[in-house]
Amino acid sequence: MKFVKYGSIILITFILIAGIAIPLSPTPHSWLQFPVIPGLEEKARNILFHVPIAWTTVVAFLVGTYYGFRYLKTKDIEYDIKSVSSAGLGFLFCFLATITGALWAKFSWGSFWNWDPRETSIFILLLIYGAYFALRSALDTDEKRATLSAVYSIIAGITVPFFIFVMPRILSGLHPGAKGDPDGAGPVVQLKMSPNMLVIFLLGLLGFTLLYVWLLNIRVRLAKLEYKRSIDQS
Amino acid sequence: MSAFTSTFALVRKDVHSELRTRYALNALIMFVVTAVATILFALRSDQPTSSVLSGLYWVVVFFTAMSGLSRTFVSEEERGTTMTLQLVASPSTVYFAKLIFNTALTFSMTIAVTILYMAVFSNAFVIKTLSIFIGTVVLGSLGFASASTIIAAIVAKANTRGTLYPVLSFPILIVLLMTVMGATTKALDGEDLSTALGDFQILVGYFLAMTGGSYLLFDYVWKD
Repeated sequence: MKFVKYGSIILITFILIAGIAIPLSPTPHSWLQFPVIPGLEEKARNILFHVPIAWTTVVAFLVGTYYGFRYLKTKDIEYDIKSVSSAGLGFLFCFLATITGALWAKFSWGSFWNWDPRETSIFILLLIYGAYFALRSALDTDEKRATLSAVYSIIAGITVPFFIFVMPRILSGLHPGAKGDPDGAGPVVQLKMSPNMLVIFLLGLLGFTLLYVWLLNIRVRLAKLEYKRSIDQS
Repeated sequence: MSAFTSTFALVRKDVHSELRTRYALNALIMFVVTAVATILFALRSDQPTSSVLSGLYWVVVFFTAMSGLSRTFVSEEERGTTMTLQLVASPSTVYFAKLIFNTALTFSMTIAVTILYMAVFSNAFVIKTLSIFIGTVVLGSLGFASASTIIAAIVAKANTRGTLYPVLSFPILIVLLMTVMGATTKALDGEDLSTALGDFQILVGYFLAMTGGSYLLFDYVWKD
């Protein structure tokens, strides 16, 4: 856990400094220069924060669903604690991805929200989290709450492939990989970054994932203590 | 009894108890009438486009379904017959019986909305490609019922059933809603059947994924 903790602190500090401080240049010739992307310019720096946060949202959702599935198999309440802790973090990262994305959209595409396929998907993910926590608060026993919310998160997980594969074909979009993109529509976006940007981007993915693992660990420990106390009191 | 006959025995039981009180049927029909009347008041004498009309069509179907489809499981909880059902039938039998009943209910709802729309929007709501429209309504009803049946089973165990049901269902149903709205617009615009085949594939895939997932997960929801 020490590795995760210090790793995430160092990596995120590094990409914050590097992502903001490295100057843009129309003809980059050293490692300390980013290329100028026409239409994005300085706004391109957001890719180093927005995409890793969105990636962590997806990781948190999948981990939460996985632990929900494990709970249904074993009926061990520890898995439910892990599942709900991951869902809480997923909601936080989902919110941050929406904010960073909306700000980027405002300055690159002209408005905060355009109902492009990715924007629609993240809006639905927010709704799913909202519904998940509403469902949890409406159930009174621990066992019922754990079982039914696990079932709901798996049912919601079933619809995720439709968002990834189907939605970009229904709606025309602005993100890369949408319908009408010259590089072709599809779930896999081709990364056409300069190598130094790509290194920082990949370190950002790792850094935010480590941050998620660290936060999850803290939340699980806290939730276990709270659960133990509620058992002792009753 | 084989699984097949016991499933149909359960469907028959649901139909009988529904026809005895006609609670869901009457409530749904009244809901459809009020919703369409509200839309008429809002539109006044405007001529809505086909995409607006097909959107409003499925909005009415969605909210009507949300007001009525949870009855299948909630009524069992309220009458205290859940235990009996758990004793006499296997979970998968119960699931498929409720799925068939909900599909029938959704399908009859879409027929009611269609007839009403054709009557009140006689100029704008003209189905030009009947094959797309029938395919959309049939596959859409199946998909609608498959998602809302498992959510109804979850909601029946919760405290605040009425408000929770649309909240839980909407994120699950949104892919389906977007697809059927697009396909219905194509039917109203008189496009060729081949343009809607992609939509039908999505609808079939959605129905199979939802039904398969619900079938595997229903045991955990149904048994306390």
